[in-house]
Amino acid sequence: MTGVLAAERLTKQFAKDDQAIVALREFSLTVEEGSFVTVLGRSGCGKSTMLNLLAGLTEPSDGAVTYRGRKLSGPDIDIGYLTQSDTLMPWRDVQRNVEMPLEIRGVRAEERRGTAAELLERVGLKGFEKHYPRELSGGMRRRASLARMLAGTPRTLLMDEPFGALDAQLRTELQEELLRLWQGSGQTVVFVTHDIEEALLLGDRIVVLGQLGRVVADREVGLERPRTLDTLRVDPAFVELHTAMAAALKEGSS
Amino acid sequence: MTEQLVSPGRQTSAGGPVRIPVERTWWQRHGRTTTVWALRLLLVTVLLAGWQMTAGSLFDITFTSKPSAIAGRLGEWSADGTLWTHSLVTIQEIVYGFLLGAVAGAVVGFVLASLQLAYRVIDPFMMALYSIPKVALAPLFIVWFGIGMHMKVLLAAATVFFLVFLNTAAGVREVDRGLVDAVRLMGGSRKDIALKVVLPSSMTGVLTGLKVAIPYALIGAVIGELVASNQGLGYLINDAAAQFDTAGVFATLVVLSVIAAVLNVLVGLIGRRVNRWKPVEARG
Repeated sequence: MTGVLAAERLTKQFAKDDQAIVALREFSLTVEEGSFVTVLGRSGCGKSTMLNLLAGLTEPSDGAVTYRGRKLSGPDIDIGYLTQSDTLMPWRDVQRNVEMPLEIRGVRAEERRGTAAELLERVGLKGFEKHYPRELSGGMRRRASLARMLAGTPRTLLMDEPFGALDAQLRTELQEELLRLWQGSGQTVVFVTHDIEEALLLGDRIVVLGQLGRVVADREVGLERPRTLDTLRVDPAFVELHTAMAAALKEGSS
Repeated sequence: MTEQLVSPGRQTSAGGPVRIPVERTWWQRHGRTTTVWALRLLLVTVLLAGWQMTAGSLFDITFTSKPSAIAGRLGEWSADGTLWTHSLVTIQEIVYGFLLGAVAGAVVGFVLASLQLAYRVIDPFMMALYSIPKVALAPLFIVWFGIGMHMKVLLAAATVFFLVFLNTAAGVREVDRGLVDAVRLMGGSRKDIALKVVLPSSMTGVLTGLKVAIPYALIGAVIGELVASNQGLGYLINDAAAQFDTAGVFATLVVLSVIAAVLNVLVGLIGRRVNRWKPVEARG
């Protein structure tokens, strides 16, 4: 079995004066094509560091990231990354933000406009094309970020607690929309979260990280799709997984 | 039709701020502004009237002159063309000096701040040069460029340059790393990052620099004229003061403040255009 995205013994240290802070130690992970992998871990376990490495934004101190058989040496437009914080350009309106990946690729203006309009409709932002990010609510900014990432047509998506800052209802809504957008797209997703329910609701496979990115559990989530939180909560299989993951999280942090 | 495609519940979550038209009377719309302007007018009238009435009794008009005499002098100068020729010279110096200094400051600031190492090397030298009182450069500039217009333009430019440079550099260095990374993830080159992130992001800094620099362009030009010249408003002040013509000095000061006010309005207009994307409360 070979994965589309593989991390081999990744180590990342941040040098500070004569000391180095270790954020991640010998982390290995292989992600299969078309799968939805959720990575579960508590704050400070190196989740974001790991994603930054997988996205090619930072260089590992040791080890390597392989993407489709090639060693990753920098950001790749085939990998989309939805970060925890909003990185929409505040001086561009929603439409021009979504067009940006295409603009950089040199796609013609009319074509860009068409793609952006279609994506904005898909994420439910039709009618807000001319709004600036600061005029939107947090949930709408997330949708716009999602649309911008999808505009680059990446085959692999990395998401770093994308719905962490939203209220519970909005989060459920966006989770369902994400599943709707992903299903049948064939895209590979690595989704980082600290929320067990979210991890189980979304993932095909769940990886629990302990300190310094030690993998404490790695399990397939056999729950049937489509899933909704309401039906999952009373499913014995879900309850069993939930308990196991909670135990793994606890073990990882000790 | 599109409404049906939207899943239930989305309307509320994607709604954002709700905007509704509000009926307002003329007074609700402009009342505040009208009041402010009326009070300003009142303040000026009271001050001028007080000055006019006390002139000669409380103060010696040889030293403080009086508004009517100043107005008379302005009318006189305006009629014989003195006002226009000298103002024109000073305005030219300000505009050329400002443009030269601002363009140089913005370009050098942008380029230098983008080069980490070069910036660290040069920063202390820039700060040292910035701290020199620009008046102290006037004698040197006279030696280099003579007492003509060039010297005033360059003196104004030297002042403007540092202010715009420092603010631009600060703007460039405060660019959000997250935005830069976002462009890198889109496959953007260094050029894309510079043009699509750093440039727009540093605009706030550039504009602050421009705004702060405007009065200094005026100061630079007028100081140059005061030190050595035979035309311009600075020369006019010197000339009037030498003849103990305080009305003439005040008249020139009035003209200078009018010029400054007009320049400020201009920069305000650019600022509004560039900062459209900012939330209302953050607009300068």
